[in-house]
Amino acid sequence: MTRQPDRGALLSVDDLVVQYRRPGAPPTRAVAGVSLEVRAGEVVGLVGESGCGKSTLARAVCGLTPSEEGSISFDGTPVRPLGVRRRDPALTSIQMVFQDPYGSLNPRRRVGAQIADGIRTAAGRGEDVDGATPEDLLTRVGLPADAATRYAQEFSGGQRQRIAIARALAARPRLLVADEPISALDASAQLHVARLMRSLAVESGAGLLFISHDLSVVRLIADRIAVMYLGQIVETGITAEVWDNPRHPYTQALLAAIPQPDGAGLLPAELPGDIPDPAAPPSGCRFHPRCPRAFDGCDREVPLLSDDGVACRLYPAAA
Amino acid sequence: MTTTETPEEAGGGTAAADSGIAAADSGTAANEGGIAATGGGTAEKGAAVLEISGLTLDLPAEDGTKRILHGVDLTLRPGRIHGLAGESGSGKTMTGFAVLGLLPPGARTTGRIAFEGTDLLTLPPRQLGALRGRAVSMMFQDPSTSLHPMLTIGRQLTDHLRHHLKLDRKAARARAAELLGQVRIPNPLEALGRYPHQFSGGMRQRIAIAIALACEPKVLIADEPTTALDVTVQAGVLRLLRGLCDDLGLAVLLVTHDLGVMSAIADEVSVMRHGRVVETGPRGRVLTEPHHEYTRTLLDALPGRSTV
Amino acid sequence: MRLNLLRRLPRAWRRPLAVCGGLVAAGWLVVVLAAPLLAPHDPLAQDLPRLASPGAGHWFGTDELGRDVLSRVLYGARMSIPLALLLVTLSLLIGGLLGACAGFFGRWVDETVMRVADLVFAFPTVILAMVVAAALGASLENAVLAVLVVAWPSYARVTRGLVMGLRNREFVLSGRLLGFSAWHSLRVDVLPNVLGPLLVLATLDIGTATLLLSGLSFLGLGAKPPTAEWGAMVASGTQQFDMWWMGVFPGLAILTVVLAFNFLGDALRDALDPSTARTIGAEKERVA
Repeated sequence: MTRQPDRGALLSVDDLVVQYRRPGAPPTRAVAGVSLEVRAGEVVGLVGESGCGKSTLARAVCGLTPSEEGSISFDGTPVRPLGVRRRDPALTSIQMVFQDPYGSLNPRRRVGAQIADGIRTAAGRGEDVDGATPEDLLTRVGLPADAATRYAQEFSGGQRQRIAIARALAARPRLLVADEPISALDASAQLHVARLMRSLAVESGAGLLFISHDLSVVRLIADRIAVMYLGQIVETGITAEVWDNPRHPYTQALLAAIPQPDGAGLLPAELPGDIPDPAAPPSGCRFHPRCPRAFDGCDREVPLLSDDGVACRLYPAAA
Repeated sequence: MTTTETPEEAGGGTAAADSGIAAADSGTAANEGGIAATGGGTAEKGAAVLEISGLTLDLPAEDGTKRILHGVDLTLRPGRIHGLAGESGSGKTMTGFAVLGLLPPGARTTGRIAFEGTDLLTLPPRQLGALRGRAVSMMFQDPSTSLHPMLTIGRQLTDHLRHHLKLDRKAARARAAELLGQVRIPNPLEALGRYPHQFSGGMRQRIAIAIALACEPKVLIADEPTTALDVTVQAGVLRLLRGLCDDLGLAVLLVTHDLGVMSAIADEVSVMRHGRVVETGPRGRVLTEPHHEYTRTLLDALPGRSTV
Repeated sequence: MRLNLLRRLPRAWRRPLAVCGGLVAAGWLVVVLAAPLLAPHDPLAQDLPRLASPGAGHWFGTDELGRDVLSRVLYGARMSIPLALLLVTLSLLIGGLLGACAGFFGRWVDETVMRVADLVFAFPTVILAMVVAAALGASLENAVLAVLVVAWPSYARVTRGLVMGLRNREFVLSGRLLGFSAWHSLRVDVLPNVLGPLLVLATLDIGTATLLLSGLSFLGLGAKPPTAEWGAMVASGTQQFDMWWMGVFPGLAILTVVLAFNFLGDALRDALDPSTARTIGAEKERVA
């Protein structure tokens, strides 16, 4: 958190705090001091369990949720929350793909018209969109060109998600934020869509912030991975390194809990306890009540994310 | 250490059913003879408790009828978990519904679903209703929709017990607390007075299991029981299901698209596609040496496999 | 959606009540258009025997001024039904727009619109309409205004609810992320998706509006004599209690219009709502 923002970063989130207010209760810090960078052409996987604040972070990055403290800047432009007026054209280079493929397309408009919105957005930003057509984009995401004349409900979940991706891509994003884009899809479609997102982002030189609770998919498509727990990033690093050598006890627990389809009948390891209420997070390290390796002091000292990307007192080198 | 699964844990994982289950089990002596718990992952086979043979299902569609199941054969045995894999639309959920007689109106079935020799398909609705819940029970993917949000857990459990087992208020309450203990809900007596929203997703799914087990069914149909849960929570629920199956001699039909889940707790695996069972066999064999092309495709589509 | 609608419509339509409603409503619309051709007499001419009971030459009898009740009922449709349609359209537009703004923009817009709506809701509908009509003076135009005042809030409330549900749907947000202004988003993404339920409400409301308008005329706050208007006709019928035909026939006219549009609205709702449509299908299959 004390690190200097990376100069080459496309998106830099610095010490971001996002709160939700409920009447008659203290505000809930869904995101409690997160710093994160995404560079152009880089795929960053953000993983964590439900309620850890990863979707809130995604929404804040897109300006859909106002932040309390800290800053989000996209290519030097601060990201401001969306109001009644049009979005700042500079920010339309950030596009988002949502979780629910059934909710992400307007059921009353033809698919082609919705993708054309994206092309207009790119044109409005002064990009050269000569010859870009909804049909081309549909072909790029692996759908037949004649899909443009049909309505969203004529497609399956996986196909709709591809259409949503085509729509986001049409706007020529430089940063694509994907919030659980595959969790509502069929197992067979999940990997295809995830791979497609990676290749399309990397091809166009855009950054991709891929949010998912499915570590095995993130592992395949992300260059870098960030693990979130209860509103904070507990570990971050090169995907393969984190996968092979997880350091934070939470990352270790997450990886151990994935059942492997090896036919061996191994029961995955269980992480006892529930995620605490984000409105009343535990003192010290937020993971300490469930941590199998907690020791004296974990309930008092707040570990900060070290330069080598882990927020845990087991690794004092960071201090 | 939770980082890696040690061989001892793995091997004994099912048989060494954690003390929590073992303790709770003492209360369920109601599991009268006839069912011998087969224990762990042995290949020993008991008598079939539920036998589905040649099951076809037609549902009314816009233009006439649509065949959903094309002759499904499945055998469930006590103390065994039978995994049913396949993509959405393959008919795996409908197979579960057919066993419970929970088919949409207008559905037509042929074939046979024999529960201890009685064909459920030809059973009059009244008797089927009596059997449902007591002999065959079901749990669903999303515990937040299968529990009534406005009733306490205790009320939901005791209503069920009093209706089906005709227990009096006091006995029902005692049994309810015992059931919650069995699914390892902390402080069962106190939990009875709480509402579903006061529990986490994993705890709610445990409660759903408790309700499903309330009438001591011999068959449990678990439709994507952990799909809505996070991995760390899923691990606990899988462990619980495996333990209950071993301890109570329950026959479980585990419907899931997740082959990892399947690999963790199923004894036998059937793979469905377009309303047909394309492959059935012991878990280890099906997942490592699939015979059918489609099973291979499913396995290849998995993130874990494609790079290794 | 459009395709599905076409496919579902016939199924919802096949119910006897829906067919009845459709036929009766269509019949009344024909009457509205062709009343001069259908009516055997001039509705205002006082040239028939007074208070004649129904019989040949005057099937519905005549009133105290010797006017043909049948002709007056037919001409009355030209008053009540177009006005009810106009009224419902206006309330739909006003209520819908206010409700959509309240739901979409929230904050003070929502507070203002919904508090005014609450204020209207707090009064009994008929009494408030009476007060407004009385304050404006008795005329059919003022009666329409009065009913409008009490009718828009229900549209506003329903629209607001629907819009609030849609406001945070993914396709609305992704439109905003593509640079749609709030207004554009409201027009393109939100409103087309609330139109269906609103049309159902409006259809159901046509009957209610007819009833309210006739009610005001019945109380002398609407149409002035000698206009042929159902409510006013029922009122004069009550003056001549023995001459049952004077009140019964216009009363039946009101009744059939209200029922017809209610059945029509129900059928439309079933056609648009997949969940109820399925139930109808199931019912049919169980019967078959």
